[in-house]
Amino acid sequence: MSEFKMPSLGADMESAVLMQWLVKEGDPVTKGQVIAEVETSKGVIEIEIFEDGIVDKLLIQTETECSVGTPLALIRHDDEVKEEVPQKEAKTEKLSEVKEEPLAPLPSIQSDKIEPKVKMSEERIKISPAARKKAHELNLDLNSLEPKEGEVIQLKDLGKEVKRDTKTLTPDDGMRQAIAKAMSRSNAEIPHYYLSLSINMTPALTWLTQLNATRSIKERILPAALLIRAVVLTLKEVPELNGFWQKNAHQISKSINPGIAIALRKGGLVTPAILDAQEMNLDTTMQSLDDLITRTRANKLRGSEITQQSITITNLGDLGVQSVYGVIYPPQIAIVGLGRIIDSPWAEGDTLSVRKVMQATLAGDHRATDGRTGALFLDKLNQLLQNPEALL
Amino acid sequence: MTNEQIKQSIIKEILRIAPDIDEDDILPEENIQRSLEIDSFDFLKILTALNEQLSVEVPEADYSKVDTLEHMIAYFSDRI
Repeated sequence: MSEFKMPSLGADMESAVLMQWLVKEGDPVTKGQVIAEVETSKGVIEIEIFEDGIVDKLLIQTETECSVGTPLALIRHDDEVKEEVPQKEAKTEKLSEVKEEPLAPLPSIQSDKIEPKVKMSEERIKISPAARKKAHELNLDLNSLEPKEGEVIQLKDLGKEVKRDTKTLTPDDGMRQAIAKAMSRSNAEIPHYYLSLSINMTPALTWLTQLNATRSIKERILPAALLIRAVVLTLKEVPELNGFWQKNAHQISKSINPGIAIALRKGGLVTPAILDAQEMNLDTTMQSLDDLITRTRANKLRGSEITQQSITITNLGDLGVQSVYGVIYPPQIAIVGLGRIIDSPWAEGDTLSVRKVMQATLAGDHRATDGRTGALFLDKLNQLLQNPEALL
Repeated sequence: MTNEQIKQSIIKEILRIAPDIDEDDILPEENIQRSLEIDSFDFLKILTALNEQLSVEVPEADYSKVDTLEHMIAYFSDRI
C-alpha cells in the first residue's frame, strides 16, 4: 500500500484545492494516468499518479484545500490482497512510517484517524470548476448566487459579476504573486548572462510557406512550431543548456522538455512543457503545441507539464517586440527568447537586400554554463534555420 | 448563404476561441488579430473552424485578405 499525496506543482506552491476525483475506489490505475484535478494559482491542473496499482481508498473529499504532501488516496499494489489489509487498530503514528517508506506494505489506516492539514470549503454548493474559480477571483459569496434547486452554477450564471470584472486588475491575483515570487528568486539567485543574434528567417519561412501550400488547413505548421523544433534540435547538439541547477550542481536533462510561454487571455502566463520533444518531428511538435495551447487555455494542464520543464522558450513575436531578454525560471538554467520577425536590410557579401529577420536571445545561468556555450547554441540554431529541410 | 449569416458564423467562432471578447468589440474595419489580441495560433483555429462550417479553405497567401471582419465576410461570400 502506498499513499498518493498532493504533489508540489512548483516551488511556490503551498497548497491546492482538490477539485475532482477522476477515479473511484477499486479502480485500477497505471503509471502516468491522470487521477484527479486540483486548483492552484496556475489554474486547474490534472495530476498524475506515478505507479501502477488499485485505488484502495480516497481519503479526501472534493473541494478541500490540502497542503503539499497531504495523503489524498491509498493505492494498493497488485500483489497485495485486499482481504489482508484492513487492520483497524492501526495508529496514526503509522503515518510517519508511510512517509519514510512509501512503497512498504502497510496496514490500512481508517480515514477518520488521519488528520491531514486540510480545511473544508465552508459550503458544498454545486458549481462548475470554472465558475468556482471565477467566483473566487471576484471574491463572490457563493451563497449570494442563489442557485436553483439541484442545479449546478455555471460560469454564465455569474453574469454581471463577470462582466464587471473584465476591466479591473486584481492586485492579489494568485498567479501574479506566483510569477513575482519565482522571478524575484531568479533575479536574486541566478547570475544571468545574455546573448543575442540576428537570424535571417527568409529561408525557413519560404520553405514553410511552400510546405503549408501543399497541406490542408488542419495540417499547417505555424512558425512557432518550426522554431520550437529548431531549438530542440539545437539542444541535442548543445545539451548543456537543457537541464537544471540543483544542489549546487549542473545537471543535464536527458529529456528535452521545453516550457512554452503561453499568455492567458485574461492575463498571466504559464510555461507548460512539451514533454520529450526530442522524440518528435515537425508534425508531432505542431500537434503537441496545438494540444498544449488548447489545454492551457481550457485549464486542463497536467502536473508533469508544469513541473518538468528543462528549458523555457518565449516567443513574443506576435506582439511585435524585437528582442526578449528572459528571466530564467529556476531550477532551469536557460531561456530562449524569440522576437518578432521583421523585414530588415540584410548584407550578404557585397549585396544588400531585404530579409525576414528575427532576434534570437539566450539568457543563461552563469553558474552552469558560460557565454561560449550560449554562443555555440545561437550559432547552431542559426545554421539549422538556414537549412530548414532538416527540421522535418 | 447571406452575408449576415456569414458574419454571424465568423463572430460565433471568434467568441468560441476567445470567450472573453465582447461581441460589440468586434469592429468591422479593425484588424482582428491586433484589436482583439488574437495570436497566430487562435487565428489559425478560427480559420480551421470556418473551413469546417463554410467549406472554404483560406491559403496562407490570402491571410492578408481576411484581416478584418469586413474583409473576411467579402472573402467567404465570394467563394461559397
